[in-house]
Amino acid sequence: MDPIILARAQFGANITFHILFPTISIAMGWVLLFFKLRFNKTGDAKWMDAYKFWVKVFALTFALGVVSGITMSFQFGTNWPGYMQTVGNIAGPLLAYEVLTAFFLEASFLGIMLFGTNRVSNRVHTVATLLVAGGTTLSAFWIIALNSWMQTPAGFEMIDGKAHALDWVQIVFNPSFPYRLTHMLLASGLTVAFLIAGISAYRWLRGDKTPAVTATLKTGVTLAAILIPLQIFAGDLHGLNTLKHQPAKVAAMEGVWETTKGAPALLFAIPNTQTRSNDYAIGIPKVASLILTHELDGEIKGLNEFQGKHPPVAPLFFGFRIMVGMGMLMLAVSWFGVWQLYGRKSPRGEPQPWLARVLVGMSFSGWIATVAGWYVTEIGRQPYLVYGVLKTVDAASAVPGAMIASTFVMYLTLYSALTVAYISVVFHLARKAQFPASFSSSFPGPSTSIIPPMIAVHNDLGPAQP
Amino acid sequence: MDQLTNMQNGGWLPVVFLGLMGIAMLAYVVLDGYDLGVGILLRRVEDADKDVMISSIGPFWDANETWLVLGVGILLVAFPMAHGVILGALYLPVAFMLIGLTLRGVAFDFRVKARAAHKPWWNNAFFAGSLLTSFSQGVMLGLYITGFKNGWAELGFALITGLCLCSGYALLGAAWLIMKTEGALQQRAVHWAQRSLWLTGAGIAAISIVTPMISARIFEKWFSMPNLFFLLPIPVVTAVLFFTIERTLRRLPVRLRDRNEYGAWVPFTCTVGIFMLAFCGLAYSLFPYLVVDKIDIWQAASAPESLKIILLGAAIVLPAILGYTIYSYRVFWGKTRELTYY
Repeated sequence: MDPIILARAQFGANITFHILFPTISIAMGWVLLFFKLRFNKTGDAKWMDAYKFWVKVFALTFALGVVSGITMSFQFGTNWPGYMQTVGNIAGPLLAYEVLTAFFLEASFLGIMLFGTNRVSNRVHTVATLLVAGGTTLSAFWIIALNSWMQTPAGFEMIDGKAHALDWVQIVFNPSFPYRLTHMLLASGLTVAFLIAGISAYRWLRGDKTPAVTATLKTGVTLAAILIPLQIFAGDLHGLNTLKHQPAKVAAMEGVWETTKGAPALLFAIPNTQTRSNDYAIGIPKVASLILTHELDGEIKGLNEFQGKHPPVAPLFFGFRIMVGMGMLMLAVSWFGVWQLYGRKSPRGEPQPWLARVLVGMSFSGWIATVAGWYVTEIGRQPYLVYGVLKTVDAASAVPGAMIASTFVMYLTLYSALTVAYISVVFHLARKAQFPASFSSSFPGPSTSIIPPMIAVHNDLGPAQP
Repeated sequence: MDQLTNMQNGGWLPVVFLGLMGIAMLAYVVLDGYDLGVGILLRRVEDADKDVMISSIGPFWDANETWLVLGVGILLVAFPMAHGVILGALYLPVAFMLIGLTLRGVAFDFRVKARAAHKPWWNNAFFAGSLLTSFSQGVMLGLYITGFKNGWAELGFALITGLCLCSGYALLGAAWLIMKTEGALQQRAVHWAQRSLWLTGAGIAAISIVTPMISARIFEKWFSMPNLFFLLPIPVVTAVLFFTIERTLRRLPVRLRDRNEYGAWVPFTCTVGIFMLAFCGLAYSLFPYLVVDKIDIWQAASAPESLKIILLGAAIVLPAILGYTIYSYRVFWGKTRELTYY
């Protein structure tokens, strides 16, 4: 096989695996801080129970994010040496700032956040939680800045085939950055909201109806219901921004081959690269033009205007529909959930069993939408690695295809196994949480511990504890 | 002289970044070295002691690994050309190291969170990941020193450095456990330290002999007068540190049996000293080259305006990092207690 395709597949597999975990840890840090602050304020033990449960999921998620992130910092060099050689002057400082300002902050205070309860005051522990949450978000800031710069490069000049920085404010706050950052942070929030709602619903269905479970269920559903309209709005703005700077990407997302006035919003179609048209198209007339130009007869540039310079159509076309479809499903489920949980029929905030089952099914729906969205934007940048500046082909390494293929198989096996292990362990933790007695025995540490963890916690936390 | 003109033409930035990269790499080797070492030793004890061993590194491993990201990050951002060449040449060992790091990092969390029946499996993954990471890093070191020549002799040398680095990490890990644990486990750690000390020494000796043989330039740097005179302290102090460790390890079992912790920190501190000296020696041999006698730091460096903006950030942030790293170690100071997530 073509080494470039292999290198792309390998990097794509790694970055796909990686993004699953930051997507959860970015927003979950803030949700944990919310639980902690609620506890500090009310002294209600249910918030501490919620914190105790979700901090374990957070730790696991964080570890997977760290290890897959390390892999990426190496694969920049092994797979795309031309990338750093051409735009290293821009990408380098952004990556360096991520490591310096965010990585160490998160990693150092994570230890205190996870294991420091008996060694630091409650206040320091709350601050550690805040710093970890802030660190993950800062990480997202720098990485999205770099990714956005690759989509809409600004603030630089090319000298002898190398990018040189002119204006760092323009580089960081490049045209697509505010939209992409907002879109990603909201995606993270939604992913976490549905994860928390889904796992809480799972525990509830298994008869674990403690106050902590109903509280987190309500938190998850409410958070989702608030974020999803914001996300649809932010996504729309992001789309308009893309139309302005990367029209070929939007044409592929909408499946528009010929420049059209009053283009339809296609609900379904199979893009055909041979005939350069769509087969089996079903669409709503003029709606794509309406959404993108806010005019019924607005003109959308077709793919044929970008012959040889536009991304592959099918992945974008379908990826976009998966993301939007998932968003619509999220809207329906979360709003219905809020109506149900806050309604007169369930005074104690308990869900109907069928709603709980739907929520369990949607536990990882955020992953699907996020990955689909990233595929749209990243494949949509092709054939460029840095839009209009560097082609992917020109950045590839000379490593033989066979070597890439064999390591690709190793990575893929490992990643599939770890993704399965992650999902099953999250559900396993949910089952284990129902029986705290058997739970504490599996903590790290000698089994002959004198102080049971629960008591140790209560000694250290000021507010009202039984 | 070539280097001097380089320095005068505003070329001091690459030197600064080489220094920063060196500090990051050294910090990584020492810090992640002890936790990888604990991983290598994990299979030698019963399950309860496994938990203690892992608890002793639990709050730190994540931050320790971040030094690797910083080190490779500086290579990537300050010397992009060398980053591509070095990682391209080390493609396979890098891939194995990454798989090892991944296995170890996730096993940390999975082993206490997965169902109990799977715990032994994750313990093994933790051990295997630590071993694979250490061995791959040693092989990378060996291949790097010999300038990526793919002959049988070079490959054999790389396999030996792989083995010796595992031993060096095991020494660091055992010395760490002497400080952080008590009772029978502590006694066993003394024994492990004794066993790994000699292989570590052999490894450092092998590298010291081979490096000057690789290039006439390096030989000249070490063995011409008066250089030899000024450099003599490096091997001499290394030898002194070795014998200090050896002596302490012989006396520790009796003292520790009487709960006398006097000198329990000596093996760890001296081992760190040995790693630092070995690092200095190697750095002296290679400077100013990033790839032995092929690419020097000025050829590989990024544009000055980009290096300056990174340096500005590093100057502000590195002291803060140092501050909260020290804070974190103070919070978890003393003998390892049970780690409870809340």
